Amino acid sequence: MIVANRKTLEEILSMLKPYKKVLLLGCNECVTVCATGGEREVGVLASELRLSRAREDGEIEIREQTLERQCDHEYIDQVRPFVGEYEVILSMACGAGIQYVAEKYRDKVVLPAVNTTFLGVTLEQGVWSERCQGCGECILHLTGGVCPIARCAKSLLNGPCGGSFNGKCEVDKELDCGWQLIIDRLKELNQLEKYEEIIPIKDWTTSRDGGPRKRVREDLRL
Amino acid sequence: MKTKSNIERVLELGQLVVTSECGPPRGADAEVIRKKGALLKGVVDAVNVTDNQTSVVRMSSFSSCLILKEMGFDPILQMVCRDRNRIAIQSDILGAAALGINNILCLTGDHQKFGDHPKAKNVFDMDSIQLIQTVKTMRDEGKFLGGEELKGRPMLFIGAAENPFADPFEIRAARLGKKVRAGVEFLQTQCIYNVARFEKWMEMVRDRGLHERVAILAGVTPFKSVGMARYMKNSVPGMDVPDELIDRLKGVPKEKQSEEGIKICVETIQRLKQVPGVRGIHIMAIEWEEKVREIAEMAGLLPRPQL
Repeated sequence: MIVANRKTLEEILSMLKPYKKVLLLGCNECVTVCATGGEREVGVLASELRLSRAREDGEIEIREQTLERQCDHEYIDQVRPFVGEYEVILSMACGAGIQYVAEKYRDKVVLPAVNTTFLGVTLEQGVWSERCQGCGECILHLTGGVCPIARCAKSLLNGPCGGSFNGKCEVDKELDCGWQLIIDRLKELNQLEKYEEIIPIKDWTTSRDGGPRKRVREDLRL
Repeated sequence: MKTKSNIERVLELGQLVVTSECGPPRGADAEVIRKKGALLKGVVDAVNVTDNQTSVVRMSSFSSCLILKEMGFDPILQMVCRDRNRIAIQSDILGAAALGINNILCLTGDHQKFGDHPKAKNVFDMDSIQLIQTVKTMRDEGKFLGGEELKGRPMLFIGAAENPFADPFEIRAARLGKKVRAGVEFLQTQCIYNVARFEKWMEMVRDRGLHERVAILAGVTPFKSVGMARYMKNSVPGMDVPDELIDRLKGVPKEKQSEEGIKICVETIQRLKQVPGVRGIHIMAIEWEEKVREIAEMAGLLPRPQL
């Protein structure tokens, strides 16, 4: 899933300063699962905003709405009948959702209520961890199912740097060394010989470096 | 002989190579480099020039190399993958070779988190092994990474570093094997304090026959004090400082500790010289360059061969 963190109340209040009528949009997908921007978090943020404004004797009208998704236009269209009543849209979706809402309502200011961080997994209740950077050319078959691009602080392709100690990364003593994980897993799979191969310099055109990416499936188009 | 490198020449003579390093200043004062250089005159065959080590911004390695070159040294251009993509790396390789630099040390680079600009974006377009391949492709095939031919091959002697003390220990020799296959010709190790563990690593290296394909220069750094030894042990990533060395430094009065540190360093060199496969000594006296001559002298590394 896409993992995000909510911005601080202070930052959100400061973005909202000029506005009194706010459409607060949650999203029922990834940000709900990572407990950042779903229906419940929309409710919490709306109450915090109302309380803060009330304390400053300021007015605020907030409509709370959580869409099934903010990355598909048919769901975004659901607010069209009443979006005109609000000065600003505050979105709690990931960066993709926030942008798509902004694209669909071109005359509205759309503000981000969260910082989108990574593609990750739920390690345990309340703990998420990055696994993928969407580089566009997967090599997990070479690295024991552990991604060096996402999990090594330097994205090294040919093994750990000199800063790997007791399984931890030099960058943070709490952080697992991605290459230690790769070596451990290759050993478990009896595939340590895979480490001997030099992985060639990466083609980054499939990643962000090739410019914003687009995928077209002709067979699915109407 | 592939290059005009002094390291290559001394190796050809079958002698132990001696290198040291010079950290560029945090400013544009060339005198700092000249002063450090003067302390190393006649003591080393070649001198490393660090590339924004520990991610702290300093005068560029390349410019500092040129200052040392003017003084008659054979500098080793250190190059890290942290700050440059493949376009800048290849361009800098050509520029260095054009101005008479004969050696390059291919490094991954410390993470920017440790430096004075922790908010920087890192590059890591390639890793140190791929950097070795890049230099070799440019030098031996006369080609850029993109496949186009280049005119005027960069005749650099290719070096790299290894940390024999990092984890996972069992693949450290395999990793050196990758560097050898990529084309590395000389290798400088991280500071060695735990000689027994280094010997174990060298055994793994010899088992793979790597010591015959790459010249291994064993790295040493003298302790100035017990405080420095403790700091190296606890706060510098990649260091293996045995407690017995700390106890030994603790056992002498404060004013004698630096002398004891030099003694430990010289004894370490004596032991390293005996390890089969060690072809040279790399003395890294961090901000203590004035001691390199004394250490080299006491360790029987002087005089250096006339080239």
